[in-house]
Amino acid sequence: MAANQSQARRLRTMAKSNQDVRKRAPESSRVGAEDTSATGVLDHDAAEEADPRLDPTQAVKAAQKRRFAELDRATLIDIYRQMLLVRRFEEKSAEAYSAGKIGGFCHLYIGQEAVAIGAISAIRKDDYVLTSYREHAHAIAKGISPQAVMAELYGKAGGCSHGKGGSMHMFDKEVNFLGGHGIVGGQIPLATGVAFATKYKETDQVTLCFFGEAAVNQGAFHESMNMAQLWKLPCVYICENNQYGMGTSLERAMSLQDISQKACAYEIASEFVDGMDVLAVREATLRAVERARKNYLPTLLEVRTYRFMGHSMSDPGNYRTRAEIERHQERDPLKLFSASLKEEGIISEAEMKKIDDEVRAKVEEAVRFAEGSPLPEPEELFTNVYADPIPENE
Amino acid sequence: MAIVTMREALNQAIREEMQRDDNVFLMGEEVAAYQGAYKVTKGLLEELGPKRVIDTPITELGFAGLGVGAAMAGLRPIVEFMTFNFSILATDQIINSAAKMLYMSGGQFNIPIVFRGPGGSAFQVSSQHSQALESWFAYFPGLKVVMPSTPADAKGLLKSSIRDNDPVIFIEQERMYGNKGEVSDDPEFTIPLGVADIKREGKDATIVARSLMVPVALKAAEALEKEGVSCEVIDPRTIRPLDIHTIVESVKKTNRVVIAEESHPFCGVAAEIASEIMERAFDYLDAPVKRVSGVDVPMPYAKNLEDAAIPKVEQIVAAVRQVAYIE
Repeated sequence: MAANQSQARRLRTMAKSNQDVRKRAPESSRVGAEDTSATGVLDHDAAEEADPRLDPTQAVKAAQKRRFAELDRATLIDIYRQMLLVRRFEEKSAEAYSAGKIGGFCHLYIGQEAVAIGAISAIRKDDYVLTSYREHAHAIAKGISPQAVMAELYGKAGGCSHGKGGSMHMFDKEVNFLGGHGIVGGQIPLATGVAFATKYKETDQVTLCFFGEAAVNQGAFHESMNMAQLWKLPCVYICENNQYGMGTSLERAMSLQDISQKACAYEIASEFVDGMDVLAVREATLRAVERARKNYLPTLLEVRTYRFMGHSMSDPGNYRTRAEIERHQERDPLKLFSASLKEEGIISEAEMKKIDDEVRAKVEEAVRFAEGSPLPEPEELFTNVYADPIPENE
Repeated sequence: MAIVTMREALNQAIREEMQRDDNVFLMGEEVAAYQGAYKVTKGLLEELGPKRVIDTPITELGFAGLGVGAAMAGLRPIVEFMTFNFSILATDQIINSAAKMLYMSGGQFNIPIVFRGPGGSAFQVSSQHSQALESWFAYFPGLKVVMPSTPADAKGLLKSSIRDNDPVIFIEQERMYGNKGEVSDDPEFTIPLGVADIKREGKDATIVARSLMVPVALKAAEALEKEGVSCEVIDPRTIRPLDIHTIVESVKKTNRVVIAEESHPFCGVAAEIASEIMERAFDYLDAPVKRVSGVDVPMPYAKNLEDAAIPKVEQIVAAVRQVAYIE
């Protein structure tokens, strides 16, 4: 037992646990949370100590400065542009959903942009990405055009899944974006299999697997962790801990809430990452990707983030307080990053305005494309059920 | 041609297809070092190596999903379930991932995977280990379901299943692993999916049977022949796609049909076949379609009770006599 613990500790040290931004609330403060909202719902966030990412230590500031210094201007601006693009895209999606243009479920990513954009900026074009149903940003970040994503939301033939998948099932073989999966945790074994295949074929491709913290309670997560480390598979598991599984807070659903610690059970390297800091996400992902690419080793990243919108467009949101949301919005990843960009002298107010205009134009163009794209032909109902067609049997 | 067991025929199919295509790999519980819980995979580890013949932890959902993911990235997995009873844990990945991936990706990701292993009753292994689950899987568009009844069919159909570009549920029968028959040793010997086989020709009544019920139906046909009733025995071999054409043509000739199955009757494959026959050949029927199914209870352990739960020759004989209005 003692040996296991020290082994686990050693592995986490090996993983360079991103201590510079890491400062978890003591467990007692979670348990003793008393701040309740008018609806009687526990405002779990208020129970936390000062947000780790607001840690004013010099170490944090030094780390942020270093990250800026390590990247060229074009890369930094591109990351900003991407974040802004998916923010504006989601705002437009919400609008189109409310206007009845988009059907079904629509899970927005607003607040979490630093995770998908930061992580996907750390991989190559030929690497793989799989994620859950909250996927518009990942799809765009991986290289699917906003037009094809919006057209998919509209259920049009020009969509990236030709209108057959919708919000939850975006795919594009050309850019190795492998979905878009609607069952919580379902993509985790799939991503593990993609990583298995790349190792089998002896390529050096890496697979990023995104999922929410609620998926961590599924057997699929644990079964995958076990096999990934057992067989040394080049998969980076990125837990986007937005602190709610639909309307149920982490505190009400998970016995051990330190998700990065769960990796110890499988001797997988893990890190806790500030999910509101896009460059911190990028840097942690780069470390994990290198481990995967060079040594065929998996990593679990717990990326702490927060979703500003409801679980889906139909979420009344009565499980958390407005104050809690606003507190997190103070650390809006876009605001933080744009402030740093300005502070570091990377970008001027005028340039920022220009990027915003460009991004808005791009989203408008996506909407125009989606509006103009035809509906799938009626006969498409019957195509793509089988690759090898079933013989006619009249 | 050589006389081999069903077990050996399956082994040959896997070996030949793995030799033919490096992208085919085999994974499952005890398939490698242990040589297979039922020895279907005997010798494969030694011959093909640990990279391609892989023992998994007991983690059916996980390795089924891993297989589907590997298929998305270009491999052609054969996933063995030690028995299909354990596939129940993996159904999320089989149904939500494998069956629907091609469709929901708008045709981009087909899943060339075979899930195989024994299904149905075994020898006194009780309720949780004696289930015929074909109707579950056959329900879902996107899956193909195969159930061989002879060593030759087993080999030819498994080879086709491995070469198939869609997910195939390949259900063997533990009680039949030792059954012997002539099997081709031509590495290009395959049997297409979706084609029924007339196991015995006849003119007075049709018996549709699959898997374990095929030899039982053939014995019933022999017994009935002695009474002057000539039975045609049709084995659909694949449940989906179902070769209803061959069945309907036979019914048009005999005008009477009995469908025998090991599985429960409710929402079962025989119910589906009966419905198809009614829709396509109602005017040809001289008697209502008759089903002979496994008893509609969980499988008991006690030998006498287990025996009573699985259809027997006498029941099929009685059913044919009933549709033929023989007193």
